[in-house]
Amino acid sequence: MRESARAARTAQPGPGLDGLLERVARGDQEAFAAVYDIVAEPLFGLVRGVLRDPAQSEEVAQEVLVEVWRSAPRFRPERGSAMSWVMTLAHRRAVDRVRSAQAASDREHRAALLDQAPAFDDVTEQVEARLEREQVRRCMRTLTEVQRQSITLAYYRGLTYREVAELLTLPLGTVKTRLRDGLIRLRDCLGVSA
Amino acid sequence: MTSTDPHTLTGAYSMDALPEAERREFERHLARCESCAVEVRELTATAERLALAAAAPPPSQLRRQVLREIAEVRQEPPPVSRTRRLGSRLRPGARALPMFALAASLAAALFGGVAVWQYESAQDARQHAEQREERAETLARVLSAPDARVRSGALPEGGTASVVVSRDADRAAFFAADLPRAPEGKVYQLWFSEGGTMRPAGLLSAAERGATVLMDGPVRDASAMGLTVEPDGGSPQPTSEPLTLLRLTGASGQA
Repeated sequence: MRESARAARTAQPGPGLDGLLERVARGDQEAFAAVYDIVAEPLFGLVRGVLRDPAQSEEVAQEVLVEVWRSAPRFRPERGSAMSWVMTLAHRRAVDRVRSAQAASDREHRAALLDQAPAFDDVTEQVEARLEREQVRRCMRTLTEVQRQSITLAYYRGLTYREVAELLTLPLGTVKTRLRDGLIRLRDCLGVSA
Repeated sequence: MTSTDPHTLTGAYSMDALPEAERREFERHLARCESCAVEVRELTATAERLALAAAAPPPSQLRRQVLREIAEVRQEPPPVSRTRRLGSRLRPGARALPMFALAASLAAALFGGVAVWQYESAQDARQHAEQREERAETLARVLSAPDARVRSGALPEGGTASVVVSRDADRAAFFAADLPRAPEGKVYQLWFSEGGTMRPAGLLSAAERGATVLMDGPVRDASAMGLTVEPDGGSPQPTSEPLTLLRLTGASGQA
């Protein structure tokens, strides 16, 4: 089903992130600076994609990075890679921020979301990120329209599956299922093994 | 077909697309479902790839700011189990037997099935752990209060609902034995009936169905408590007839 040989070819942004995080967990500030250099670009890109506003994105990115430092001792390698953990912290925090700001549910803003493709920024310097982007784009094209839209709105825009369903006027069950089978298709296309 | 199966939530969960309450409920399920945990791990790794594809350079001052800040921030100790404290706080021989049984099931329900999942942000984890512990302590206080009173009633589809009220603590705990699973898209909601109106007192998640739960909010002058079936997420006012209504009047020791 998955080709583990292909796995992690481009997914590994640096061989030693897990090892670096272990050192961070013991209070090593130098190791943390190295972690910063590996995670800062994807972390910032992700947060800015969800939040849009550059000033807020910077603030949230900083919070997340400090959280990585603070909670490194809680990182459990057997539950996933260090990069997954950091990106999950970042995504969760960005989504919390955008959802609390949107508590009044501004529909106009949400309707505008529909027009936007994932905001891939082409100015990144990192070669890995460029390769990654090409692969993800290619794999996104293998999805059905509904899968692609659902994943884009949920992940890159931080909507809940309920909001996605409302926006795309689809039943809740359909969106749940499309998020799952779309992500499974991406997993297989990208050769992810975890 | 699979819409009642919590397994289908792995995708939404891995992309943080579940509303808060559903996320917590799914995390409880996750703690007991090995195949879900494996799938979540893979799908989270897939989402990570989506994140990497969105990389963009941060403002140049961010590195300096972050490195300066972490030099001042203390790290957390590795997580430790908190299960032992509750046990030692339940006063042995406090009250009559039913409350004892309830207290025992409470300890099992609150701590047995709850695992703090990796992907819960550490801050959330801290808050949840504190909230859980606070609720556990309040619940223990209600169950062991000298003035605690139990009221029970049969449920329409079998099973028994019980409420433990302590007017001194001004809180109540609810327990339902053999409560059937809520229909898809629905959730059980607890209420206090007070002066002719129903005041929401919290939702009963699927995982809490057989557990003793602390009802949200003070009892105050509530004369009864109710249990209804509401649409997912709960309602500000009941939208269906209560499955049970347990009178609390007369429960007051000193009124």
